[in-house]
Amino acid sequence: MGRIMLICRLAARGTRRHLAQAILLLIAVSATTTVLTMGLALSGVTSHPYQQTRAATNGPDIVATLQDPGQAQALIHASGVTRSSGPYPLLDAVVQLHGITAGAEAEGRSQAPAAVDQPKLLSGSWVRPGGVVIERAFAQALGAVVGNHVTINGRQFTVAGIAVTAAMAPYPNICYSGCIIGNFWYSYGISAHEIGLVWMTEPDVTTLATAANPMTSYLENLALSSPGQAQAFASEYSSPINGPMLNTWQNIASADALLVSDEQSILAPGAVLLGLLALASVAVLVGGRLAENKRRVGLLKAAGGTPGLIAATFLAENLIMALIAAVAGLLAGWRIAPLLTDPGAQLVGTPGAPSLTAVMVAGVLCVALAVSLASSIVPAIRAARSSTVSALADSARPVRRYGVLITLSRRLPVPALFGLRLAVRRPRRTLLSAAGIAVTVCGITALLTFRATVGAVLGGMSDAGLPDPAISRDEQMLAVITIALVILAAISAILTAWATVLDARRASALMRALGATSRQVSAGLATAQVLSALPGAIVGVPLGIALVRVLSKATAVGNPSVLWVVATIIGTLIVVAGLTTIPAGIAARVPAPEVLAAGAD
Amino acid sequence: MDKVISARGLRRDYGRQAGLVHAVDGVDLDIRSGETVAIMGPSGCGKSTLLYLLGGLDRPSAGQIWLGGEDITQLSERRLARVRREAIGFVFQAFHLMDELTSVENVELPALLSGRSPRAARRRATELLERVGLADRSRFLPTQLSGGQRQRVAVARALVADPALVLADEPTGNLDSAATADVLRLFDDLHQAGQTLVIVTHDTRVAATADRTIPMRDGVFTSQAALKG
Repeated sequence: MGRIMLICRLAARGTRRHLAQAILLLIAVSATTTVLTMGLALSGVTSHPYQQTRAATNGPDIVATLQDPGQAQALIHASGVTRSSGPYPLLDAVVQLHGITAGAEAEGRSQAPAAVDQPKLLSGSWVRPGGVVIERAFAQALGAVVGNHVTINGRQFTVAGIAVTAAMAPYPNICYSGCIIGNFWYSYGISAHEIGLVWMTEPDVTTLATAANPMTSYLENLALSSPGQAQAFASEYSSPINGPMLNTWQNIASADALLVSDEQSILAPGAVLLGLLALASVAVLVGGRLAENKRRVGLLKAAGGTPGLIAATFLAENLIMALIAAVAGLLAGWRIAPLLTDPGAQLVGTPGAPSLTAVMVAGVLCVALAVSLASSIVPAIRAARSSTVSALADSARPVRRYGVLITLSRRLPVPALFGLRLAVRRPRRTLLSAAGIAVTVCGITALLTFRATVGAVLGGMSDAGLPDPAISRDEQMLAVITIALVILAAISAILTAWATVLDARRASALMRALGATSRQVSAGLATAQVLSALPGAIVGVPLGIALVRVLSKATAVGNPSVLWVVATIIGTLIVVAGLTTIPAGIAARVPAPEVLAAGAD
Repeated sequence: MDKVISARGLRRDYGRQAGLVHAVDGVDLDIRSGETVAIMGPSGCGKSTLLYLLGGLDRPSAGQIWLGGEDITQLSERRLARVRREAIGFVFQAFHLMDELTSVENVELPALLSGRSPRAARRRATELLERVGLADRSRFLPTQLSGGQRQRVAVARALVADPALVLADEPTGNLDSAATADVLRLFDDLHQAGQTLVIVTHDTRVAATADRTIPMRDGVFTSQAALKG
């Protein structure tokens, strides 16, 4: 017990002595755990609004697509079916409004309310002759409001109302369960992601059908006595060759959740990127602290501290901070997640508060501890194994020598000479710094690639001028992740620069004693950081493009503009150099004799 | 002989109010070309601080220092760095060699800093290593050398820019008797060659090799020998 008390006390004192570093560690780990929590908290958030929409619209348990209205009879009288509505004719349509051309499934409905699937009106009134109702997500994309005049298959209609349904996947995922893009849509260049849903009276739909674009399918909505058995019912009665094709309410709910699941698919790798960056940052931070704590380690050992106690104290400092950061991240993520859980325009109701499950909490804590442990275990073991005498003398850690680079650097200007030699002295730190920059540039490139993909490869959408809510939300998510990455990378760059400056104290003082100016020494430190950042920035570009290829559902991925990529690399290097000048400037204020007299490295 | 360096009313204070310490307290000093001067005193008497002030590594709280007739206390940081590069050579008690550089790479470093070509810097460094008797150790790392050999490398480094003044801070403080004798022989050779040397020491053997010995205590010279140069 006394031993644990001692470790805790030493860890607390150590943290208090390096409060600024502790706060930076807290920020790095909590940023990761916040994003991770947000990703986990989004799971299932649309289920609540979907159920509300189902209840408000008498949503079906099964939606059958029939090739012939006569196929409905067998289904209506099937065992387990309690109510039904339909069959409603369905026609491929082309909608034109405000200069936008989009595809639509035009569903012919009775003016009387239906027993099953009566869309919930959010504004205006239900269908009437010459008056159509548009599904809300589709209406928002078109910019349609009640009273607008809309052209459907060349005929003018009035927008009578805006409604939602639980019977069909919403725009832009109406083809989630499959669509046949026939010649009619194809001739207008309409893709599967540009199709929405409109309701109109049955006679109106019938009059729109032509020989070239005939009525090819009908919808029958069924309510079952056991909604949970919908999948079994669909398997039993679906016929893939001549119909009917049965779609379950669970499948439609999945399509409704696509908007949020897209966010999850970005948040998950985003959390991994942030985690990797946090790992690199914390490793540099902990390594730097070890260099600063060397004398303290020596004193502890001289006072009888065992290697185990030294390692435990060092680990405790970081693990306690990681635990605090994990709790902060959990709370922040839990609070922020509802802002991302707007279920979309296709549903009514509000999402339930994301639940913090035990598994989620355990997962986030494990990630935080793993990041902290992975980055501090090597320095902790190194501290435990260090010689008491050399630790007390605060003697320098052996540095690496790369003869070829030293020879090469002789031909360089003073800052580059000093910078190159510094960069190769500590290969582990250089590698970590490069890794951190690679992760950041990867995130920025992913954002640029995503934008290029939306603009070029998915250009069909922009041809139609129809905004995709999923894409704009994905873009927002990527932007949030990228901003978090950039902030974390800036912290990481300062930490790495600080560790380098600390490690190069004696070399810098000696360079000044031998005639280098403070400016040359600062420029050398910045050069060291830029040299380690350069390979990271270059590697980050293909990594970012690859990340989008993995995440994207598009068959082809656009390439970001070369100009932007070059600007990203150069901008990153300038920022790294700029951020290094802060610790380098602080270090340059310490008189060289003071450092040299201390014999510190 | 001309004065290489002079100081008048030199003071260096640390701390404030009750904690104020006069590390160097109103020192006057003249050193002539080719002289070897030893400044002797106990630890903490301010002799190393004085050395760093004379070498332009630290700035005085008051007083002037003239190096080659130029008041270096008024120089910008950039000009002061140039003075250190071209006119001053430092030898430290702890050697302060770069561990990752070989002997010859350590020696040539100040020459590279002053913009000499790599070839010229290497040639000069090799000459100096021969002069200090370490030609066969030119590719050795500091960790592969004895203490005396390291200090001789440090002396060679101090000479690489042909400085007007070499300042040595306890150059034998970390050496055994044999290595001390080696370094003293080297200093004697430099003296014979006309090199101006200021050595801070508390070792009487080192002081005995000097033309002049100036005792120092509590930041002040305790004899008038400082102005007899």
